[in-house]
Amino acid sequence: MTDKIVRVAAGQGFWGDWLEAPVRQVQGGPIDYLMMDYLAEVTMSIMQKQKSRDPKYGYARDFVPLMERILPDIAARGIRVTSNAGGVNPRACAEAVREAARRKGLSQRVRIGLVSGDDILPRLDELLAKGHALTDMDTGRPLSGIRDKVLSANAYLGMAPMVEALRQGAQVIITGRVTDTGLTLGPLFHEFGWSPTDWDKVAAGTVAGHIIECGAQSSGGNLLRDWRKVKGLANPGFPIVEASADGSFVVTKHPGTGGVVNIPSVTEQLVYEMGDPHTYITPDGIADFTSIQLRQAGKDRVRVSGIRGRARTDMLKVSIAYFYGYKAVGTLVYSWPEAYDKAKAADRILRQRLTDLGLEFEQILTEYVGVDATHGPLAGPPNPDAPEVQLRVGVRGPDKKAVERFTREIAPLVLTGPPSVTGFAGGRPEVQEVVAYWPALIDRTEIEPFVKVEVLDA
Amino acid sequence: MPKKSPRRTRVRRSPGPRSQRAGGRTVRPAGTSSRRVPVQLRVLAHARSGDKGDTANVGLIALEPEYYPILVKEVTRARVARHFKGMVKGVDRFELPNLQALNFLLHGALDGGGTISLKTDAQGKVYSTALLRMEILVPAAIARAARRSAGL
Repeated sequence: MTDKIVRVAAGQGFWGDWLEAPVRQVQGGPIDYLMMDYLAEVTMSIMQKQKSRDPKYGYARDFVPLMERILPDIAARGIRVTSNAGGVNPRACAEAVREAARRKGLSQRVRIGLVSGDDILPRLDELLAKGHALTDMDTGRPLSGIRDKVLSANAYLGMAPMVEALRQGAQVIITGRVTDTGLTLGPLFHEFGWSPTDWDKVAAGTVAGHIIECGAQSSGGNLLRDWRKVKGLANPGFPIVEASADGSFVVTKHPGTGGVVNIPSVTEQLVYEMGDPHTYITPDGIADFTSIQLRQAGKDRVRVSGIRGRARTDMLKVSIAYFYGYKAVGTLVYSWPEAYDKAKAADRILRQRLTDLGLEFEQILTEYVGVDATHGPLAGPPNPDAPEVQLRVGVRGPDKKAVERFTREIAPLVLTGPPSVTGFAGGRPEVQEVVAYWPALIDRTEIEPFVKVEVLDA
Repeated sequence: MPKKSPRRTRVRRSPGPRSQRAGGRTVRPAGTSSRRVPVQLRVLAHARSGDKGDTANVGLIALEPEYYPILVKEVTRARVARHFKGMVKGVDRFELPNLQALNFLLHGALDGGGTISLKTDAQGKVYSTALLRMEILVPAAIARAARRSAGL
C-alpha cells in the first residue's frame, strides 16, 4: 500500500475566511479530508466574550450553515471533516451541526465526533494550588497577578483525540483548542497508521498542516512575489496536501481554480508566524523547518520532502484569555493643501483637551494613515502634496469612563480644530473591551487524562 | 552637497554598511567589477510577516539563489536592529538555507500585540514590507540585474 495517497484539503484559514472555499474544495475534485481551521490567538478571546453574553455561543457560528450546505456532498462522497470550530464551546457547536444534519435528513449517515477536555478554566485554581504557576511565556509574570481577570483557559491539544474520533468512525469532528496542525496530522496518522513516536512523520504532518492552515495564503493569496502575475483570485484554489506513506507530500489545488502553488507561495507560508525554525513545537512533536526540501513537480504542484523531527516535550501550551481594559480608536480625514500639517495640529489639540480633562490612559497612539501608519519613521518624509491624510488616534486604559470620554472628543474637532476635515460619517468610535492573551505551559499529565472523545448518536 | 555625478569615484555610503566596511577596507574606484552600490532589499528578496504576541516575525526570502549568501552576509541582526531603531526592542535572526530565507524576530514591535495593540498593523502583517526598504551594498552587476528583474 505504499502508493496510497491521502488528500487533505484546507477549507478555512481563519474565522472569517472565504465562505465559498469549503464548498469548492468538496465539489472541485477528489479529496479525502476537509480541514477547517478557525482559531487564532485572538479568536479564543472573541469567542469567550460571546459565550459570556450567551452560553449557547462561543464557537465559530459560520461553521454550522456552512456544514449544512456541504453535508449532502460530504455524505455522498465519504469526505471527513476536521475542525476546531468548537472554540470555547465545542459541545454547543457539535449539537448545532447535529441539528443541521437532522434538517438535511442525514443524521443516520453523518456521525459527529466531539473532542473536549482542553478547557481548564474549571480546574484553574486547583492547578495553581498544585504549584503550576502558569507563567506568561512572553513576560515571565505569574498568573496569580491576573487570576481574577481570567475569562478562559484552554490547553492546546494534539492529534491523539482526533485520531481516536476517526478510529471510532466519526465523519465530522469538532474540537476546541486543538492545534491548527493537529487537524491535518490526525487524518494522516489515522490513514497511514504511523507510530506517534515516529518523530519525522510527526514533523512531516506538522509541516503539511502549517502549509495549509492559513488557506489560500499558500496558494497565491497574499503572495508578494510577482503578485501581479497571480491570476484568477476571484476564484482562488485553496491548498490541498496529497500525502504519501513515506511522509513526503505534494501541495496542490483543484484544476481550473485561480491562484498559484509554487515554491515562492509555499515558502512565504512556511515562514509565516515562524519563530526558531529549528524548533517548531507542537503538542505532538518538534519539526525542524531547516530540513524542508521543496521542488516544483508540475504546474501548481510543489513536492515537500526530507522533513526531520524530534520528540515531543512534556509540556502543553495553554492559551489564557483575560480581561485587560478598554480601548477606542477614532479617525478623521484632512485634505490638501497641507493635509499632514492639519492632521498633526488636530492631534496636538486633541491631546491637550484630553490632558485638560484630566483623562489618563495607559497608551495614546497616533498614526497618520498615508504617511507613517505601517512603516513608522522608515516611510521617510511625507508627500507635501498628499491629497489627504487620515488622523488615527487610539487610546487604551483600565478606566472605561476615560475611554468613553475620548470617543466624544473626536467629532468636536470637525468644527473646533484645523480646517478641511471630513470622514466622520461613521459616528462616535466604539468603546471596545480588551480581552488579552496569556500564553503559558503546563505538564501534559495534567491535561491528557481529561481529554474526552465522543461520537454523538443521531 | 554637490549633485550626484556619474563620474563620482566613491560609492554612496549609508550609515549601515559603513560600519561593516571598517577594518581598513578601501573603497574601490567606479568601473571595477567589484564596485558595490546600494540597493533596497525589495529587489533581492520577497517577504512575509506574522506575529506571536508582541513579537513580529519577518521571513526574508531570496529572489534568486545567488542572492541568499548576500542576504546572509549583509542583512545582519545588528543592521536590522538599526533599521528598526525606535520601532522594536530586540532582534533575533535565524538562517534557513534550504528555503534561501532568513527569519527575523522583532520583539516589542506591536504595541503589546494581538487584541491589546492600538496599531493599524496590530498583528505585524506588513512589517515584512518595512524590512524590504532596507538598503544593502551589492556588486554593481548584481544591483543592475536585480533592479531590471524587479522592473525598477
